[in-house]
Amino acid sequence: MKKYQQMIESVSRSGATAAASEHSIFEELNVTIDHFDRSPLALIQILHRAQELFGYLRDDVVQYISRELRIPVSKVHGVIGFYGFFSRIPRGKHTITVCTGTACYVRGAVRLLRGIEKQLEIESGDTTTDGRYSLRCARCVGACGIAPVLVIDDDVHGDVASKRVKNLIRQYK
Amino acid sequence: MNAQEFQTWRTEAAQKLALRLAGREQAPLIDADVIQHTREVLVCLGGSCISCGGAHIADCFRDRISAHGLHANVRMVQVGCIGCCDLGVVVQIMPDEVLYRRVTEADVDRIVTTHLQDGDIVEDLLHQSEVGGHRYQRAADMPFFKHQVKIVLENSGIIDPENIDEYVARQGYDALATALLTKSPNDVLADIKASGLRGRGGGGFPAGLKWAMLADAPGNSKHVICNADEGDPGAFMDRAVLEGDPHRVLEGMMLAGYATGAAHGVIYVRAEYPLAIQRLQLAIDQAHARGLLGDQIFATEFCFDIEIRVGAGAFVCGEETALIASIEGKRGHPVPRPPYPTQSGLYREPSMINNVETFANVPPIVRNGSDWYRQYGTEKSPGTKVFALAGAINNSGLVELPMGTTLRQVVFDIGGGVPNGHAFKAAQTGGPSGGCIPAAHLDVPLEFDTLQELGSIMGSGGLIVLDDSSCMVDVARFFMEFCVEESCGKCPPCRVGTVQMLHMLKKICDGEAAPDQMERLEGLADVVSSASLCGLGITAPNPVLSTMRHFREEYLAHIRDHRCPAGVCPKLLTFTILEDRCTGCSLCARNCPVEVIHKFDDRKQYWIDTEPCIHCGNCFEVCRFEAVHKE
Ligand SMILES: Cc1cc2nc3c(=O)[nH]c(=O)nc-3n(C[C@H](O)[C@H](O)[C@H](O)COP(=O)(O)O)c2cc1C
Ligand code: SF4
Ligand code: SF4
Ligand code: FES
Repeated sequence: MKKYQQMIESVSRSGATAAASEHSIFEELNVTIDHFDRSPLALIQILHRAQELFGYLRDDVVQYISRELRIPVSKVHGVIGFYGFFSRIPRGKHTITVCTGTACYVRGAVRLLRGIEKQLEIESGDTTTDGRYSLRCARCVGACGIAPVLVIDDDVHGDVASKRVKNLIRQYK
Repeated sequence: MNAQEFQTWRTEAAQKLALRLAGREQAPLIDADVIQHTREVLVCLGGSCISCGGAHIADCFRDRISAHGLHANVRMVQVGCIGCCDLGVVVQIMPDEVLYRRVTEADVDRIVTTHLQDGDIVEDLLHQSEVGGHRYQRAADMPFFKHQVKIVLENSGIIDPENIDEYVARQGYDALATALLTKSPNDVLADIKASGLRGRGGGGFPAGLKWAMLADAPGNSKHVICNADEGDPGAFMDRAVLEGDPHRVLEGMMLAGYATGAAHGVIYVRAEYPLAIQRLQLAIDQAHARGLLGDQIFATEFCFDIEIRVGAGAFVCGEETALIASIEGKRGHPVPRPPYPTQSGLYREPSMINNVETFANVPPIVRNGSDWYRQYGTEKSPGTKVFALAGAINNSGLVELPMGTTLRQVVFDIGGGVPNGHAFKAAQTGGPSGGCIPAAHLDVPLEFDTLQELGSIMGSGGLIVLDDSSCMVDVARFFMEFCVEESCGKCPPCRVGTVQMLHMLKKICDGEAAPDQMERLEGLADVVSSASLCGLGITAPNPVLSTMRHFREEYLAHIRDHRCPAGVCPKLLTFTILEDRCTGCSLCARNCPVEVIHKFDDRKQYWIDTEPCIHCGNCFEVCRFEAVHKE
């Protein structure tokens, strides 16, 4: 986990191109901040944009937002911690989400989850050491008609029997 | 846009949609010749169909239609959820109304050549009944659709949700035009009151009363908020409405604004629904471009604007005061009421929160009148309810039914019963705030008050069917775990009490409970529900209480006999190998984490040393010959 974080940071620090792209990402974040007139009331919407742009809520990004919106950093972290959608650690290259909502639970989501945990040798909420997969649970992704449901990145896979799952995950390299 | 322009727009739009509806209208708006030679292919791009590859199928149709030179007479249209979510990808050919199901890439060309080119039906892609193998041509003939009454979902699956013209062609924004041009705000309010519409977000609070409270509130700056947080972890009705017919929600909110004197609307959508967010934004932009949102709508004094706010994955934010805090960018902690949002809500100004489906009912009520609305449903719960039918059921998906339809009709006539030879055990309604209805009460009419009498609630409309392979103690544990995770932690009875209740339930599941565990659970449930601040804590014990009430024997089997009758709770199971089935493949032995599966010395079969077995169930899962038995 730590190793992966360092890797990301060193990549983002290395070279002028990376610095330039960092700069333009912050510019994009500024567009959103300006759109909301720097209003502290828009904190959650701005955090959404930041997570979308940077992949996770990096400390320096959080500090930047705190400064721009004039909200104490501790308060911003309080909000981030409250909402399950926000993450302060980098995600893996692919995010695997197992739905553990009611319909999926009834159709064997827990077994599915255990199987994936075993395959990837991580627990829900963690990222594999090679930084390839992050595993998490969600409560209902709104596709209960085809439960159990697995979401990999933006692709929703329905009727996922435990047997199919290994190959399914391997397709995401 | 003025009244005249709206009329012209409507007429033109209706003309464009005439082909699609030709099969339904008594006097089609277009020539028989056109009906004969032109076709529309409706591809469902609802949540489930997208995950089955709907977008790709749509592309294939576009491609094959032009490859066969049919583009002059055949058009592909993307539509919202049709409802039969387990049959994806679903395609309908209009105006024939033929429904093809489980359409794959390989089927597209066949549909194009056989149906669209030659006019014949592709028999093997029609839906087939479970018994008898009857093939249904039209959706309307399928039992799943036959009993439904579509008011909220009247457009979903028929119109292109990204095209405002198609909504207008279906009498969209008619209610708004009529209200603004011919009715006073009080008239609209009276319509809603008289209709008896009750909030669809769970509580069933009369919408007319809430609207009146906002209308009566002092001040010029008021807010109308749409709760699209859809937090019940087994419900997707609101999602289908937002994705399949977004303008309907906007129109409902505008009518609410007109009736109550509010000029600002906010839709709070959960982040898990990106497509809904995208389509809502598009709908808002289109409405703006047409002058239906903004200043002086229909050249009247009425101004209204709508913004979207995206949630961030906290169930408690569905609660009214927490939702308001979240819109304001804060942690979603509930606060005590009063003051009610209608007194002091968003930005401390009078505000009113209704659910998506509640707003979606408003345009048809204003358009057709309250008497029309009241012909559906029951005296105390008028209208229809959309249910998300899922779990152990043959036909899962979205169904809209008059209130008062019995559970038996839903599960058996519409849902087609329980699959794989299992028996119906219970239906869970109301999610983590609700309860389970056992088979003995299958004839209960589904409406707000009857469900409450049975110890459950209507909730937002999630209806999960459980079969005899579900353990009711484990179900209670599942929901309690949800409440523990989602408790915001503000008040101790909820924060600590739910953890304690979960702990007690786990003990029962593990067969380690004291004989009086049920009484203790009941006592604690009482404290949690009476001392918690918000609905989450107040209703958290419901799933436990309702399963204890209807499935007492099952609890006792765990507590007294250390037995899980459904064969779910691992610690209470004994795993054995059936010798006559065991082929000696050794797969189970290789998958046993504690290596307690051994080969008999004198024969090829294996046996399990039950004493050190940790009940992980691996052997049961992996055996390909069903030779591992659990009890
Ligand atoms: C913990 C909790 C979660 C809730 N979640 C939702 C939700 O996801 N969607 C919803 O419409 N109402 C939800 N409600 C109910 C709302 O607080 C509110 O009563 C409802 O949106 C009012 O609209 P209605 O009168 O149209 O039903 C929730 C309530 C509680 C206590
Ligand atoms: S009842 Fe639970 S969720 Fe509601 S305010 Fe109290 S701690 Fe928070
Ligand atoms: S249940 Fe698990 S521990 Fe027990 S015998 Fe089977 S594989 Fe081994
Ligand atoms: S419970 Fe899994 S998609 Fe709804």
